[in-house]
Amino acid sequence: MILETRGIGKSFGSVLALREVSMGVAAGQVTCVLGDNGAGKSTLIKILAGVHQHDSGTLLVDGAEVRLSSPRDALDRGIATVYQDLAMIPLMSVWRNFFLGSEPRKGLAFDVRTARRVAGDELRAMGIDIRDVDQPVGTLSGGERQSVAIARAVYFGARVLILDEPTSALGVKQAGVVLRYIARARDRGLGVVFITHNPHHAYPVGDRFLLLNRGTSLGEYAKADITREKLTSLMAGDAELEELAHELERE
Amino acid sequence: MTATTADERLARVGLLRRLLIRPELGAVVGAVVVFTFFATQSAVFRSPEGIANWLDPAATLGIMAVAIALLMIGGEFDLSAGVLTGTTGLILVTLATRYGLNVWLAMLVSLVVALGVGLLNGLIVTRTRLPSFIVTLGTFLMLQGVNLGVTKALTGTVQVSGLRRAEGFEAARTVFAGTIQIGGTSFRVAILWWLLVTALATWVLMRSRVGNWIFAVGGSEPAARAVGVPAARTKIALFMTTAVAAWLVGSIMALRYTSVQANIGIGQEFIYIIAAVIGGCLLTGGYGSAIGAAIGAVIFGMADKGIVFLGWDADWFKFFLGAMLLLATLANRLVRRYAEEVKH
Ligand SMILES: Nc1ncnc2c1ncn2[C@@H]1O[C@H](COP(=O)(O)OP(=O)(O)OP(=O)(O)O)[C@@H](O)[C@H]1O
Ligand SMILES: [Mg+2]
Repeated sequence: MILETRGIGKSFGSVLALREVSMGVAAGQVTCVLGDNGAGKSTLIKILAGVHQHDSGTLLVDGAEVRLSSPRDALDRGIATVYQDLAMIPLMSVWRNFFLGSEPRKGLAFDVRTARRVAGDELRAMGIDIRDVDQPVGTLSGGERQSVAIARAVYFGARVLILDEPTSALGVKQAGVVLRYIARARDRGLGVVFITHNPHHAYPVGDRFLLLNRGTSLGEYAKADITREKLTSLMAGDAELEELAHELERE
Repeated sequence: MTATTADERLARVGLLRRLLIRPELGAVVGAVVVFTFFATQSAVFRSPEGIANWLDPAATLGIMAVAIALLMIGGEFDLSAGVLTGTTGLILVTLATRYGLNVWLAMLVSLVVALGVGLLNGLIVTRTRLPSFIVTLGTFLMLQGVNLGVTKALTGTVQVSGLRRAEGFEAARTVFAGTIQIGGTSFRVAILWWLLVTALATWVLMRSRVGNWIFAVGGSEPAARAVGVPAARTKIALFMTTAVAAWLVGSIMALRYTSVQANIGIGQEFIYIIAAVIGGCLLTGGYGSAIGAAIGAVIFGMADKGIVFLGWDADWFKFFLGAMLLLATLANRLVRRYAEEVKH
């Protein structure tokens, strides 16, 4: 396990946002974190990303206990996070965004030619089909932007990639595109934490599934131990689903 | 995906649209139209002497417009830049005439003061996160007061003069306010400074890491910070660059006229912004060009002198100014719409 939590918890004042959650991410595997709105998914990954510090339990990186003091600290340990509101500048071109903050240098200058070439090559290596690296990021589709952000994290040496609901705002086709890049990042040996509330997005790419409900864990399952149907019903709650089915029948 | 599909989609973006999103395009078209208009009606306007004549105001305005353009791309304004040209000129003349400093030394002192003002503007804006419009409006009013107050206290009048007699004047004048002969026509050396400043600014914007940071802090400061761009330092450096440009223009003017009025530069700050906007800068930051701002300044120079060549009332210049600004902002809005258009 590159990254692991044991009985981790976090409260905001009197709100217990997260209690006793244990999970792990291994290299070349995808751990999906599923849960309804307010289940604590974002809180959990913010602890992993160094945005929040946990109040209880332990966080381990490469088996050693740590406290991540800042997002920079997490990044330095190879933990990269792609948030829903991506850190990209809409009016700037794809290649300028790709290297923003880590521009390659040639003497005093920004090595524009290398940047353009490498950005193009990296995106292609991830199978991302960008028309033109000179186009402004704002003109990319939501899925394409997610993909560029993923490729950037991979290029800059991330070992763990955390994605907070990368598919939630996307249509079926675009979501499929992003899922494919998640698989590709996994194949390149990264550990991926994929947050979603859609079991149909999680099941095909996931190796392990952590289910959260109202701040607590409903368990962490390996793919072999759980079916898509079981995952879906756990997400919604069996009783609630049956009730819903009854309700819909009557109409 | 195959290469053919990619090409097909590229073609749909179209060469025209790609050209249209160049920030300078509006300014280039505007400059051609304005030049054609005046050149067809006035033989003087299109003569080498005429060109030298309208390139001069374009140069001094252009130096400032380019610096302001960088600052605006970085997402900030500086309303104190115009008055600062007065402040630096006043310091230069006062120190050289009343305190017997060598002109070069006096210029060094005024440069240090200018850098201080730029640093202060930058520090206040980045620390307090107040809009730079308000912060530099404050600096603008303070400098305006100091310029008049100190000049009156020292001289009893509202101008300082007599720079010609100061030590080092001739050499400094040759460098900053001289003329050069090209094909029998004398051009102001300020034009060279302007070209130099434009070339340097363009290089920084397009070919340096700092250039990438300038676009980024203007485009989205939180996003820039999140990937490790030193946003505050970038902005402070931009304010200081503007101040250095004001010092350069202030020194050029003082050395050219050998005297400085205490109220000089007031009202110029908006002209700089207008030239930058005509050159393709967005008021919201993150987009624009140094060359565009330089061309915006050329449009001004041409209109300023062209109206005189045609024997029109100078009041028409204001009308022209307003019309250009409106057209430019409309064109820029279209550009932004296109560039920010998000497809889902
Ligand atoms: N900074 C905070 N201060 C106080 N309460 C918070 C804070 N952040 C989260 N919470 C609370 O913690 C709980 C879990 O929130 P969290 O954002 O982790 O949910 P989520 O699973 O990501 O939900 P969603 O699917 O809507 O994104 C919520 O009840 C929320 O109100
Ligand atoms: Mg969330």
